[in-house]
Amino acid sequence: MSVWEFYARHASEVWWLVLQHVALVGISTGVAVLVGLPLGVLVARHARWRRPVLGIANVLQTIPSLALFGLLIPVFGIGTWTASAALVMYALLPIVRNTYAGITGVDPAIREAGRGMGMSDGELLRLVELPLAARVILAGVRVATVVSVGIATIAAAIGAGGLGVYIFRGVATVDDTLILAGALPAALLALLADGLLGLAERNLVWRPR
Amino acid sequence: MVLDVRGLRYQLPSGARLVDGLSFAVAAGETLALLGRSGAGKTTTLRLVNRLLEPTAGEVVVAGEASERQDVTRLRRRIGYVIQEVGLFPHLTVAGNIGLLPRLERWPADRIAQRVSELLTLVGLDPAGYAARFPHQLSGGQRQRVGVARALALDPPLLLLDEPFGALDPITRVELQREFRALENRLQKAIVFVTHDVREGLLLATRVALMDNGRLVFLGTAEEFRASPLPAVRQFVEAAV
Repeated sequence: MSVWEFYARHASEVWWLVLQHVALVGISTGVAVLVGLPLGVLVARHARWRRPVLGIANVLQTIPSLALFGLLIPVFGIGTWTASAALVMYALLPIVRNTYAGITGVDPAIREAGRGMGMSDGELLRLVELPLAARVILAGVRVATVVSVGIATIAAAIGAGGLGVYIFRGVATVDDTLILAGALPAALLALLADGLLGLAERNLVWRPR
Repeated sequence: MVLDVRGLRYQLPSGARLVDGLSFAVAAGETLALLGRSGAGKTTTLRLVNRLLEPTAGEVVVAGEASERQDVTRLRRRIGYVIQEVGLFPHLTVAGNIGLLPRLERWPADRIAQRVSELLTLVGLDPAGYAARFPHQLSGGQRQRVGVARALALDPPLLLLDEPFGALDPITRVELQREFRALENRLQKAIVFVTHDVREGLLLATRVALMDNGRLVFLGTAEEFRASPLPAVRQFVEAAV
């Protein structure tokens, strides 16, 4: 049976898994942005937080995903919660790091001018630093999203669903068609996310020259 | 006096005094040039006035009120500040840059637009042609004009300029200096500007202050400066000829 026949026969299940996959990645990346952006601002503002925060984010990144899923099961149980928590942890590093880099990369003369003319710290952040750093931050979100699409396939191992369901089933039954049936849409999703966020980067954000 | 500086000192933790025992006053309509070689403490002095740095000792009085007793944001909005690199916000248009502080002060949009075009006209830029441009679409001289317009947005009584013409080519520089003189007469503000160019200082200022090693070594009019027998002043005057 070819992949296409498989899709034709199981169309509704395929769409359901794609949807699960997208939800898993979308929600976890969204949470990672909500957590990572303030953390990035924090470490850009206060140098003493930089080492612990970036250090922890770095360490999280190095834990093999299957192991992290396993470690989190006692906390969040089997299924979506554990998978989402792990994906958030993986997505944090690129977002925190790029927020930090984007903000500290703003020309000091611009920051000096803003402070000197009487902008408060919050105004400077909101109206100057974040808009100028937006491109770098968005690049971090893009990396986080693409990586998440891949890691989310492993979430099937702990019962969180997603396209990994086909891959693991295929591996277990030595069925290449099934593996391909899961891997193909996952790869397409990654490319799509990359393309869309790249488009946003080019069009929504101010660019020099 | 719009600006009154009394016994100002700024000391680094290492003990080095970048500014030491500085006292001077600037009235409305008066322009004081802070002269001195690099590292004399000129820029530090400006940053002490708008509290980008906190003085170790001494007092800065702006518009009759001790600066340390004023809310720092409010204080800075009463002091126009122009730096050499201009520091225009690259992601905002000319109008966005000039109108930023009025926007933060919650002026209505039509009043902001009116103020922007008023200021652009004042600094010699046609509002219709320049308001919508971004800083990178301007020449160095035009950017400097926008920087001055932005500093004037809230009509502050005091203006601080740090090497305002430093990064310009000689022709643009002379042109801007000439216009700046006309602007001084029209605005009647208290102005302090930093320069290491004696000629520029003597041309634009009503009074000249010479700094050396954080200390004030001379304070007087341009004529007094030219005629002064002080060695530190002579050295500076002769360098200009």
